[in-house]
Amino acid sequence: MQITKKIIEKHGLSLEEFKNIKKLMKRDPNLLELGIFSAMWNEHCSYKSSRIHLKKLPTKGKQVIQGPGENAGVIDIGDNDAIVFKIESHNHPSYIEPYQGAATGVGGILRDVFTMGARPIALLNSIHFGSPSHPKTKSLLNGVVSGIGGYGNCIGIPTVAGETKFNETYNENILVNAMAVGHAKKDKIFYSRAKGINKSVVYVGSKTGRDGIHGASMASAEFDENSEDKKPTVQVGDPFTEKLLLEACLELMKDDSIIAIQDMGAAGLTSSSVEMASKGSLGIELDLEKVPCREENMTPYEMMLSESQERMLIILEDGKEEHARKIFNKWDLDFVVIGKTTNTRNLTLNFHSKLVGEIQIDALATKAPVYKRKWVRKKIKKSKLDIKKIRNVNFEEALIKVLSSPNHSNKSWVTNQYDQMVMGDTVQRSGSDAAIVRIHNKDKAIAVTVDSSANYCKSQPKAGGKQIVCENWRNLISVGAKPLAITNCLNFGNPENEEIMGEFAECLEGIKEACEFLNYPVVSGNVSFYNGTNKKNIFPTPVIGGVGIINKLSSPINHKLKKDKSLLLLIGKTFGHIEQSCFLKENFSIIEGSPPEINFFNEKNNGEAVLNLITQGLANSVHDVSNGGLIVALCEMAMSSNYGIKIEKPKKIRNPIEYFFGEDQGRYIVEINKDNLMKVEKVLQKNDIYYELLGITQKKYLEIEGLMKSNINDLFKINSQWYNQY
Amino acid sequence: MNSSVIVFPGSNCDRDIAVALEKMQFKNKMVWHKDTTLPKSDLIVIPGGFSYGDYLRSGAIAGKSLIVNEIIKAANSGCLILGICNGFQILTETGLLKGTLLRNKNLKFINKDVNIKVINNKTKFTSKYNLNQILKINVAHNEGNYFTKESHLEELNKENLIAFKYCDEKGVVNDLSNPNGALENIAGIFNAKKNILGMMPHPERMVDEMISNTDGVNLFSSLINK
Repeated sequence: MQITKKIIEKHGLSLEEFKNIKKLMKRDPNLLELGIFSAMWNEHCSYKSSRIHLKKLPTKGKQVIQGPGENAGVIDIGDNDAIVFKIESHNHPSYIEPYQGAATGVGGILRDVFTMGARPIALLNSIHFGSPSHPKTKSLLNGVVSGIGGYGNCIGIPTVAGETKFNETYNENILVNAMAVGHAKKDKIFYSRAKGINKSVVYVGSKTGRDGIHGASMASAEFDENSEDKKPTVQVGDPFTEKLLLEACLELMKDDSIIAIQDMGAAGLTSSSVEMASKGSLGIELDLEKVPCREENMTPYEMMLSESQERMLIILEDGKEEHARKIFNKWDLDFVVIGKTTNTRNLTLNFHSKLVGEIQIDALATKAPVYKRKWVRKKIKKSKLDIKKIRNVNFEEALIKVLSSPNHSNKSWVTNQYDQMVMGDTVQRSGSDAAIVRIHNKDKAIAVTVDSSANYCKSQPKAGGKQIVCENWRNLISVGAKPLAITNCLNFGNPENEEIMGEFAECLEGIKEACEFLNYPVVSGNVSFYNGTNKKNIFPTPVIGGVGIINKLSSPINHKLKKDKSLLLLIGKTFGHIEQSCFLKENFSIIEGSPPEINFFNEKNNGEAVLNLITQGLANSVHDVSNGGLIVALCEMAMSSNYGIKIEKPKKIRNPIEYFFGEDQGRYIVEINKDNLMKVEKVLQKNDIYYELLGITQKKYLEIEGLMKSNINDLFKINSQWYNQY
Repeated sequence: MNSSVIVFPGSNCDRDIAVALEKMQFKNKMVWHKDTTLPKSDLIVIPGGFSYGDYLRSGAIAGKSLIVNEIIKAANSGCLILGICNGFQILTETGLLKGTLLRNKNLKFINKDVNIKVINNKTKFTSKYNLNQILKINVAHNEGNYFTKESHLEELNKENLIAFKYCDEKGVVNDLSNPNGALENIAGIFNAKKNILGMMPHPERMVDEMISNTDGVNLFSSLINK
């Protein structure tokens, strides 16, 4: 078959890239080989636009066992326990087929985690939809939420935290990011690096079908009006088979049978075999007629590019085949030796004893293109905000507008569709700053959370990048955890546009600086470019997933007020930064100005002091102050408990609107017993922490002297109605 | 007291129930679904999960599995059987319990803590609870909407075979306190001999103060002190 210009374009390769392929191969590729190149060289697999920027991120630290480059990142939590975690996007498939797209997003990220020998213990997600008034939003929301639930609930891993947001920037391109967290023994981590020649290459799991062919290429192109036609490239999830695969793999991992293991994710059999061989500087030879197929007459091209779910590739030690086969048969899964490792450093593909394709592994992996794309810094616009106009708004009405808005409404409509309790170790379910999951049979736990701030990142990408990392860190602190490391999912528009590439580069600068200052390294992640339709790009939306450790789980802490007549302290300084706030957006539809600034020193200092208070048992409840400002944080503390709050009129403030709705960073509200005030002040003063005495807890009412008095039940109703009425 | 937990390939609350049973001093064994014999057991538990994926009707395939014949034999000879969530669904598929579990009325998976009321405390499963005691227990299901024919419903009421009903925190049983649309707010039922209990809520999730509460403990202590 002649490779025409049209075929090359259809594979998402540029003519320049095709020339390069011919040069590397020293001949023309056949169609199968071209398909393999397109799968490995697309943005999704090769990180060709992002690689030079990603390299700058801090990825090391005492706590890091494995940084980016493996199936998932691994961190050390002591006592030979390790936590394995990663976040990944499934945006494009979820827009085309929301249920299956979201479900397979969860399935894919789970495989990344258990491939490394970890039992998954928690799932999280960050999902972003278009404006609620957009005609597709409702069905996308329904489909995505039930897809996430459908997969996690069935496989039996609790979905413990996440965020659900709406913004018209996602009207034509929603975001579905799923994060999985697993627990492994530090001395039993499995990697994807092949070792030794003539070792059996084994295919396990589901059979291969025609689903998802070219899924990775789809994820690397912009949408257009014909995107719906791509439905057949969305994979179909089977959580039951994944459960079997999980249990079978973990059973085989109990001994030393496995040399290397890799899940067949994006670009399926192609990327899994190439990655294992590349990491081991080996070759790999496959007999494709042995691949278990679900459909008849599948061609080598289809087999190599299928993205059927719930499959793994394993390289076994000599003589372990029968032992492994028994385990997979017990779980009713396919187990076939389909090839072997070689010393040729080639990917060699046979079909019924005929050579059908042969490519140097290096040409597919290390020699894949790397682009130094042009980018420009964002020009900071001067804010035209009329501050007088906004100060005249009625305080209570403004609060109601925020509390009843889709983005701030109570999310139990979403979270009640996820099993949060299965596995029996969920100490803190979703709704607090972070979820807490106990390490099974131990007195310690991890805290997990995901965060994003697209509006902040759009206005000033670098400041936005810093802010998300800090907020994520703060959320872990707020539940008494020491933050250890993050994973990131970088959702951006078209990298060939220099402004978009600038947003990417600048967000990463911000993330880098924050991670370095906080000793909060990036251990895994994923980049999703080309989020947009017909040249309209989404707001830059990096999503940060963080993991922290609670070493002694004696009395876990959350944001629910615990007692009547206890004191509320505000840690951190309030300047009244109202630009880019939820208050402006929900009351005036204004998205204006710059995001709040991050002061790294104060951020770290305040956080460490709060953690100190929690560890000493001096805090009854803690809540970080973020979107919506102080007043929304106070409402959340009250609405989730049986207590109200009384706040005396703050003295030194410019204006109550800016004071209560401003989104200044690095702040926490801490509830303490009156008797502990001296002890608490001593800790804070010793560490030079700025704090204010806000008020006290009381029954029933949220009250600010001279400003408002509302019954907590009424606020709760206002906050709980949006989803149910949508 | 010896207990056995049946493990189907898609069971996912098997570990949770085993942890609860061991905490309550049961000597527990896990039994694989392909096994054809049961270890000596005073209590058999069919745990929650998705038995064989449940892409068909929940529990339909499990109801025809190898181990089920042994469970039926044991049930007929008086062994205590507890089916939780998917276990309840499977028990209705085997015919050991009558009725069926339809999709939740709102057509969505529901996971939350709900209140249930003890309707009959004169059984081996519930003796440690007070009559009409209100328990807060977690539910997590897609098909928990109990339905049965009228004659059976009459029998359930007449013979006092309803174990638990969904209610609000004050004990009021009505539509508002019914999470899934179940007939008469039924959350759990016994068979005629009261040696089999099927229930949608998960008592094994309520045995640890750190995680939730301890409202499920008395179900297990009733059984161990039967």
